[in-house]
Amino acid sequence: MSDPTHDRPRTWEEGGPERLYVITSGRSVAAEDGPLDVVTLIVTKKDVPGSGMQPEHAAIIHICDYPLSVAEISAYLHLPVSAVTVLLADLLESGHVEARAPIPAASLPDVELLEAVMHGLQNL
Amino acid sequence: MDSRISEPVLGPRSEDTLPASVTTAVKVVIVGGFGVGKTTLVGAVSEIRPLTTEETMTQAGAGVDDIAGVERKTETTVAMDFGRITLSDELVLYLFGTPGQQRFWFLWNGLFEGALGAVVLIDTRRLEDSFDVMCRLEERGVPFVVAINAFPDAPSYPMSELREAMDIPDTVPLIDCDARSRGSSRDALLTLLRYLHTLTTTPPESR
Ligand SMILES: Nc1nc2c(ncn2[C@@H]2O[C@H](COP(=O)(O)OP(=O)(O)OP(=O)(O)O)[C@@H](O)[C@H]2O)c(=O)[nH]1
Ligand SMILES: [Mg+2]
Repeated sequence: MSDPTHDRPRTWEEGGPERLYVITSGRSVAAEDGPLDVVTLIVTKKDVPGSGMQPEHAAIIHICDYPLSVAEISAYLHLPVSAVTVLLADLLESGHVEARAPIPAASLPDVELLEAVMHGLQNL
Repeated sequence: MDSRISEPVLGPRSEDTLPASVTTAVKVVIVGGFGVGKTTLVGAVSEIRPLTTEETMTQAGAGVDDIAGVERKTETTVAMDFGRITLSDELVLYLFGTPGQQRFWFLWNGLFEGALGAVVLIDTRRLEDSFDVMCRLEERGVPFVVAINAFPDAPSYPMSELREAMDIPDTVPLIDCDARSRGSSRDALLTLLRYLHTLTTTPPESR
């Protein structure tokens, strides 16, 4: 179904470079500097009003009622991870969302963590 | 302009939400050549239908001044599939399937960083694809296991021959896998985890 009288552009499937430039106001976050990983979990903070914000920001707040990884946000919004990272930096700064950081990059992970992953897989 | 109706962004279905108590996310990367079964493996073990995230690859012409921004760059979109397994109330595992060909290596930045390790999926009809991948993972210090996804018309070699042909160190696990099977795919992940456990608990000099 389409509604030609509806004038708000459908943003989510138009991930062209110009469109992304507008969404992120031309900013970018260098991957190696940003604290966000593709599996950083993002959760909306309940007590912050989200009125009057950019639709992309509002969409993130809307879908992150329960924890979602940066990769999942990217998939649901049809935006590249690099664009989502910029939007999330805004929302983290304004206190609308919180990030649950993934395990930091270490040469070798913690034994207890590995055992927890193995245990979980064995129970599948 | 696009005149389609503006739908609200659809988030996860209610059955696809993570428990609010989840605090830790880890990732494992499934890497291999074209059509080797990466998406199939992710889909076989994932609790959610695999999702797709896209990244754009910008190719500026050699010697083009990027700052001037006059030169038109070519943008290629590359899709990456991923799935998810909730392991406990606090812990979730994400699986990313990523292409192994050299032209996609730009995707690896940020993907392998912080990853527990990788499963290199191999199709014995195209061994050469995987050779570069393994070298590259070694360079990056990413621990990996090698899983042979057996296709019916693929030649079958003894493991020892494959290991030698592909120059896989004796310490690196090499296993058979059916990416369509949940059990077999899970076992490939368990093989990786056991290997990582050994690496972590064994002092380097005694390996
Ligand atoms: N017989 C057999 N077929 C398989 C197996 N694994 C995958 N396939 C089939 O091989 C085809 C390619 O599998 P995909 O999972 O899409 O491979 P991929 O690595 O994600 O492919 P690209 O993302 O295109 O590089 C599909 O038609 C699968 O059904 C297997 O273990 N045995
Ligand atoms: Mg695929």
